[in-house]
Amino acid sequence: MHEHDHSTRRQFLGLAGAAAALGAVPAVTLRPAEATPAMLATAIRNVVGGAVVRTGKVKLDVPPLVENGNTVPMTVSVASPMTADDHVRSIHVFNEKNPQPNIGNFKLGPRSGRAQISTRIRLADTQKIVAIAQLSDGSFWSASVDVVVTLAACTEEVL
Amino acid sequence: MASALINVPKRAKAGEIIEIKTLMSHIMETGYRRTATGEVIPRDIITSFSCRYNGVEIFHADLFPAIAANPFITFFTVATESGKFDFEWIGDEGFSETASASITVE
Repeated sequence: MHEHDHSTRRQFLGLAGAAAALGAVPAVTLRPAEATPAMLATAIRNVVGGAVVRTGKVKLDVPPLVENGNTVPMTVSVASPMTADDHVRSIHVFNEKNPQPNIGNFKLGPRSGRAQISTRIRLADTQKIVAIAQLSDGSFWSASVDVVVTLAACTEEVL
Repeated sequence: MASALINVPKRAKAGEIIEIKTLMSHIMETGYRRTATGEVIPRDIITSFSCRYNGVEIFHADLFPAIAANPFITFFTVATESGKFDFEWIGDEGFSETASASITVE
């Protein structure tokens, strides 16, 4: 009798656990997919191809602690003389954990004078941001920054 | 409805590097948000921004949902000659806006 009680309790707990797990699965799949580090790597590969991305030359200014992820000021600058022979062709910005790994692609040229752009971005989570610049000689340079976000953007519900 | 704010220096010396600031009012709906009833709100963003200086493109940006609402973009250019800057924003659901600003280069 006592043994029987134990086994039904165990069965009940098992069933409850399975039900909870089943319930949890659709809840997870309903949520928009997060960009994973693998998606970030793919997005970067789409831009740079097989080229080596070296660290340096690029400066990425983002506040290290962000209260509201809906609007985060960001400035990317690249150390370059911006002449016809030696200039920045493009700047690409990526993130790790928003639903999509891309933030923006910016096309510059010798007429830019200064390789610097600013905008305001959205961050869905505490994560890493990567900026990559392509120079006129075809080389790629990057900088990355870790940002802590308290209020997430992009995926919140609208009431 | 949509409106742009452009900040370009009125005059500059030839060869001077000037900063151009632009802001376009736009919701930049990400396409990842849901209503309280669980329906996805369709994406509605500006996907492309460009700036022409006397007809020649000097700056171009591809924008993604990760750009905040009312996209604010600043960049630099060398003031080469007097003339006009033409700005263009293109986006989802046929969104297309233009704005222009003139400059005198001495």
